[in-house]
Amino acid sequence: MEILVCVKRVPDPSENEIEVNRDGTDIERDDLVYSVNEWDNYAVEEAIQIRDKVGGSVTVVSVGDEEAEEVIRREMAMGADKGILLSDDAFEGSDGKGIAAILTAQVKKGNYDLILTGAQSDDGAAQVGGMLAAMLDWPFASLVNFIEILDDKKIKVGREIAGGNQEIYEMDLPCVLSIQTGINEPRYVSIRGIRKVASLEIPVHTAGDLGILPESVGETGAKTKCLDYFVPELGDGAQILEGSTDEIIDNLIELLKAKGGIK
Amino acid sequence: MAQQVFAYIIHKDGVPDDTALELIAAAEKLDPDASVTAVVAGDGNELDSVCNEVASSCAEVWKIENPALAYITAEALRPLLVSILPKDGIVLVPHDHFGMDLAPGLSIKLDAAYLPDAVDFEGFDNGELKAVREEYSGQVSTHVLSDISEGAVITVRPGSFKADERKRGEGQIIDKTDQAIEGSLPAGARRFLEIIEAEVGDVDITKSDILVSVGRGIEDQDNMEIIFELAEAMGGDVSCSRPIVDAKWLEKSRQVGTSGQTVKPKVYMALGISGAFQHVGGLKGTPFVIAINKNPRAPIFQVADVGIVDDILDFIPELTERINELKSG
Repeated sequence: MEILVCVKRVPDPSENEIEVNRDGTDIERDDLVYSVNEWDNYAVEEAIQIRDKVGGSVTVVSVGDEEAEEVIRREMAMGADKGILLSDDAFEGSDGKGIAAILTAQVKKGNYDLILTGAQSDDGAAQVGGMLAAMLDWPFASLVNFIEILDDKKIKVGREIAGGNQEIYEMDLPCVLSIQTGINEPRYVSIRGIRKVASLEIPVHTAGDLGILPESVGETGAKTKCLDYFVPELGDGAQILEGSTDEIIDNLIELLKAKGGIK
Repeated sequence: MAQQVFAYIIHKDGVPDDTALELIAAAEKLDPDASVTAVVAGDGNELDSVCNEVASSCAEVWKIENPALAYITAEALRPLLVSILPKDGIVLVPHDHFGMDLAPGLSIKLDAAYLPDAVDFEGFDNGELKAVREEYSGQVSTHVLSDISEGAVITVRPGSFKADERKRGEGQIIDKTDQAIEGSLPAGARRFLEIIEAEVGDVDITKSDILVSVGRGIEDQDNMEIIFELAEAMGGDVSCSRPIVDAKWLEKSRQVGTSGQTVKPKVYMALGISGAFQHVGGLKGTPFVIAINKNPRAPIFQVADVGIVDDILDFIPELTERINELKSG
């Protein structure tokens, strides 16, 4: 089975407090720690597990600048066979549809049976997988938390729905699935593992290589554009307890007693 | 605005979802002059009762009826919507597990703009809609501008628009089935098999008065002990946010959130939980919420009554010790 996994380099939520920059044009990007989008990491692990069971290969692809190479390499250290970087100045400022169009061009160059994306990334949009499937006219399922390969034409998938319940489907290949966290336990990547793939070549494909009209993607092609970043003015918000730890605990225990929080 | 605004109505057991009236409110905020058309798909009596109920809240209801839609899937519904929606229509869909399945592909098939997870609208002018979104799990907000002049699919975050309960008399119910479905519905390339219900755990957190809830801030499985010790001191139960279940440190039945349990405790301690909307969406009733998080910008502080900015790994053991002293003294 030929599997393509789409990944994105994002600020690591466990390592950063995200703040708005001084003029509100972006988040403050100085000193941010980046990593692979958490959902995408589960998707790569799932692809590797499928390949190890039924054979084939796993290719990791990312749309981004040269810095995206580090996350592609990280996922290759996990066990992906190949990496591809889709990079062009014309891609900058793409909205979800632009990213999906760039990925579609790459998918059409290959011979993939299964495309995996993360269910969402740092912007919470949860859009690229569904758009990619629609552009390819392939079946799609989102929030997938279970995959079983039935044969080379069919798979069984579970989708996470409300209340901890799960929908089960049978799907024809080729198809696109967006992967929910928790579907597996992504393996640890050691520094040694990353060193082992450090010299592997990651081909870079540009708009020209992919046959994409530059004006159809990037900022010019985007119908939805970000104007500014801001911190919303909150309603009342929480009353923040201040003082020494002892004072805060005194205060908190009184509140807990009053509200029935200590039985 | 000459563009028609549609609200896709999710329903279950013959009752419209909470998001139905929220979408109608969102549509009116988007364009106060719009006459909103609700779109409802399904089958039989359940479909009729949903249509009748929704009709009292909007100008028009379009219904699509077919036995194969008794359990609706996004893949089956999408081509039907493409058949009936006008080219420049503006379609609102809830940003939930169904909307995420349906809407991105729908925007491609309609060749429409896509605006995901809107939490507010701030004006529509000259074909461009200004909307508010959140990024980084709610740590920052953004204004986005979307060119919706040639149609748009917009997903709306559940709970962000106040449901519009006003009744507006009887909207007209129009049967769009013939236009949506030619002949019979094909099984398609994604076929529904069954629903697997959530497993019941050893503790039913939906019945707990006191919940001590833990998130990513606990950092390591070995630290989970301090949470159980605090819960025992307080006489409460331990619940959690999604990353704890993903890491397999607690069972799924202890997860609070839209994809987990809906809880209604009297006191809710959110410990090292950032407060993404999917988590907060599982908190109902009027709990007294105490948030402890080392990140002062964590969105949980917006919904908490009381907040403490500290590392839970330092704070919790001290709090537990003090509660235990109090109880033994």
